[in-house]
Amino acid sequence: MTPPIGCGEAVRRLWEFLDGGLDAADHRQVEQHLAWCLRCCGEVAFARELRGLLRTRTGITLPDDVRNRMEHFIDELGEETEERSRP
Amino acid sequence: MGPMVGALRPSERAALRQLARNELPRLYALARRLGGVDPEDLVQESLLRACRSFGSLRDLQAGPKWLTTILTNTWRDWLRKDLREPDEVPVEEDGPFSLYRTIEEEDPYPYSDTLHVDVLGAFSEHDVREVLQRVPPRYRVALVLRYIEGYSTTEVAEMLERPPGTVMSQLHRARHRFEREMWDYAGESGLLVGAAAGEGRGQREVGS
Repeated sequence: MTPPIGCGEAVRRLWEFLDGGLDAADHRQVEQHLAWCLRCCGEVAFARELRGLLRTRTGITLPDDVRNRMEHFIDELGEETEERSRP
Repeated sequence: MGPMVGALRPSERAALRQLARNELPRLYALARRLGGVDPEDLVQESLLRACRSFGSLRDLQAGPKWLTTILTNTWRDWLRKDLREPDEVPVEEDGPFSLYRTIEEEDPYPYSDTLHVDVLGAFSEHDVREVLQRVPPRYRVALVLRYIEGYSTTEVAEMLERPPGTVMSQLHRARHRFEREMWDYAGESGLLVGAAAGEGRGQREVGS
């Protein structure tokens, strides 16, 4: 039987809990806390949403002009001349 | 003496160029997310370094991760001074902030049954990118590699040449800092203005 933890401690371990980064005993303590604490269950759901937002709402597209310049650069990559400047 | 750029065999040169072409959009996005430098310059310098150390890449399958490591290290070299500078927010203040509880306490959408989801929904892609750039570089790099690029904590630790425990605490602080910056940004840019008046957001059906 592992000793119970409060909301503060559960929240502190939340992302590590979601990442699977806690050791077995710490993981079990968070699970036990979540079994009865609805508020912290809300925190878990929110942490998941927030991680999803980081992944899905930081999209960056390669602009065409940058792509053209970079592909030209790559075409010459590994040639004899080490010093090169952007065209 | 390390291998010269021109010392690559034609087959190696072709392999490197192919790898660079395939990875270009991802490397550019990574450079933009790491921030603080010209992303095009950073990608170019990283590819030149990759060229010089191509011999250290034993397995082409590992090429994408290898390029990520090179780009991240180049970025760290360029930002060395900024990475060392003390944070303007004291470390002990990074811990307790919880966006979830702040939203609950401030209740910007009083008529909403899906308060927290509605607040996140107010952030556009542009807003999230802006918030990420407000996170100090040494925390931002951990967030980007772990949660956007999707590398494990162990892999991030290898890339940053830090013990996994150090990266764990770096990530811990980074997450709280990101949450704090989200809340501050929402306030400063008026993202949640009008929320209290209802304006439709609170009516939205959101699945669990």
